[in-house]
Amino acid sequence: MIEVENLTKEYGEFRAVDNISFTVEKGEILGFLGPNGAGKTTVMRILTCFFPPTKGKVMVAGYNCFEDSLNVRKRIGYLPQRVPLYEDMKVSDYLRFVAAIKGTPGKEVNRKAAKIMDDCGLSDVSNKLISAISGGYRQRVGIAQALVNDPEVLVLDEPTVGLDPKQIKEIRTLIKELAGKHTVILSTHILPEVSILCGRVIIINKGKVVAEDRPENLATESAQRMLLRINGNAQTIEEELSRVGGIKGVEREQASGDANGFIVVLEDEKQGRQGVQAMIERNRFELVEMRLLEVSLEDIFIKLVTKEEA
Amino acid sequence: MNIRNVAIILNRELKSYISSFTVYIVIIMFLLMTGYFFYNLTATFSIVSFQAQSDPMLAKQYQLLNINETVIRPLFGAIGIILLLMTPLLTMRLLAEEKKTGTIELLLTFPVNDVDVVLGKYLACLVVVLAMILLTVTYPILLVVLGEPEVVPIGTGYLGLVLLGAAAISLGIFTSSLTENQIVSASLSFAILFFFWFLSYSVQLVSAGLGQFLGYLSINEHIESMSKGVVDSTDIIYYLCFIVLFLFLTLRSLETKRWR
Repeated sequence: MIEVENLTKEYGEFRAVDNISFTVEKGEILGFLGPNGAGKTTVMRILTCFFPPTKGKVMVAGYNCFEDSLNVRKRIGYLPQRVPLYEDMKVSDYLRFVAAIKGTPGKEVNRKAAKIMDDCGLSDVSNKLISAISGGYRQRVGIAQALVNDPEVLVLDEPTVGLDPKQIKEIRTLIKELAGKHTVILSTHILPEVSILCGRVIIINKGKVVAEDRPENLATESAQRMLLRINGNAQTIEEELSRVGGIKGVEREQASGDANGFIVVLEDEKQGRQGVQAMIERNRFELVEMRLLEVSLEDIFIKLVTKEEA
Repeated sequence: MNIRNVAIILNRELKSYISSFTVYIVIIMFLLMTGYFFYNLTATFSIVSFQAQSDPMLAKQYQLLNINETVIRPLFGAIGIILLLMTPLLTMRLLAEEKKTGTIELLLTFPVNDVDVVLGKYLACLVVVLAMILLTVTYPILLVVLGEPEVVPIGTGYLGLVLLGAAAISLGIFTSSLTENQIVSASLSFAILFFFWFLSYSVQLVSAGLGQFLGYLSINEHIESMSKGVVDSTDIIYYLCFIVLFLFLTLRSLETKRWR
């Protein structure tokens, strides 16, 4: 559905995107992961024909983004990062405008706008000015305008940024429902989001692809860490812990109440867990808390970047 | 170019004008200023007319008693200049605001050609300016009711005003495409419009050939002859060229923005 070949974009001297290639299959949700300034937005703007690449070929739905931009744009729904909307319009007027400009026949404009407002939960605010609605609703209007003409490809630039947890969950559910029918590319810097939503993830840094895999695989590749809170003599516990097999290292964590906290870096997850359990039973320590820490993007990222440099 | 897309953009821009405060302020200022000129010109005309009843030489000497010469021509001149003062305030937001708020990113990724976007915006502003000009029709109507002016120069004068306004808008949308700051856009418009206006002052200062050329370039020389009732094809061609040139430059400016 989307083919990107040797894509390079330069802003004057600065190379924002450096020779990136990837493909996205029909119905797939691809996560675009990277720190701020990695070039995510630039790639998305090229995909949506906002500006052309300096070098390389970009094909969307069989059309070249540069030579056949109008045909590409007809098939893409785009949600830019800061959700730029016309503040002086009512939600319903705005969606009618977008439906019409995206080529919906005149008679169907009202029906389509009403349907998308229903689908995105906007019916309550349809008569409000966009400047007067909350951030969560704004985001939904942004997604609604991207979806209004039922495009084959959706490009969402950080769709959940700045929302509260409930809204994030709602938006994620909405996006998840799109899989299969639509091909989705979404950018984010939140790893859990990728593992929840995406079938595949591309990590980019400084304009280059540093990893491309399924989110599960990326997570297992990186070192696992475990948080332990144990009542007892900190010194003894630390010594005992360092003797357990399958563990690479132990760091002291802040104590909470009587319990001493430790972060254990696991080499072999299963062996490490069992070893720690056995050690606690043997010494009759009182276990307060023991859980695996979620792998953060930072960890994977630092690992990938250092691997690259080494 | 796609007429439907132009119409959709035009429609949205018009709604945006109607819901904004600026337009009403601009129209009110425009009517106050033109009304002030109209009042002064007609008041002077009627006072001189009264004086001329007792002193026939006065009227003859200054050719003052022709209502077309003493009221209508200067009135069109004044409306034209006030129009030049007002249009940058209407055009400054057209593209600059979209750039500032980022909405241009969505607009330019919708399946519409740049040319449709520019034309839609241009025509929306033209509709507002036409409405503004139309509101001044009350002045000549009053004159027709109370006096006996020639009607043809009024009609051609209005044709001139419309062309002048249309030209000023094309320049305004161009300066709006250059920046994301509306004040900068308006200032640039003012500067360039007034440059084209002041060209007519240089006509006497340079050699005859060059003077004629500068006179032809001047934006308000052309409306002058039209308010006398003379419609010369060169005047109309001048305005049309002006409009096409700046709309073309606007398109190029949008395009280079994409390349950067």
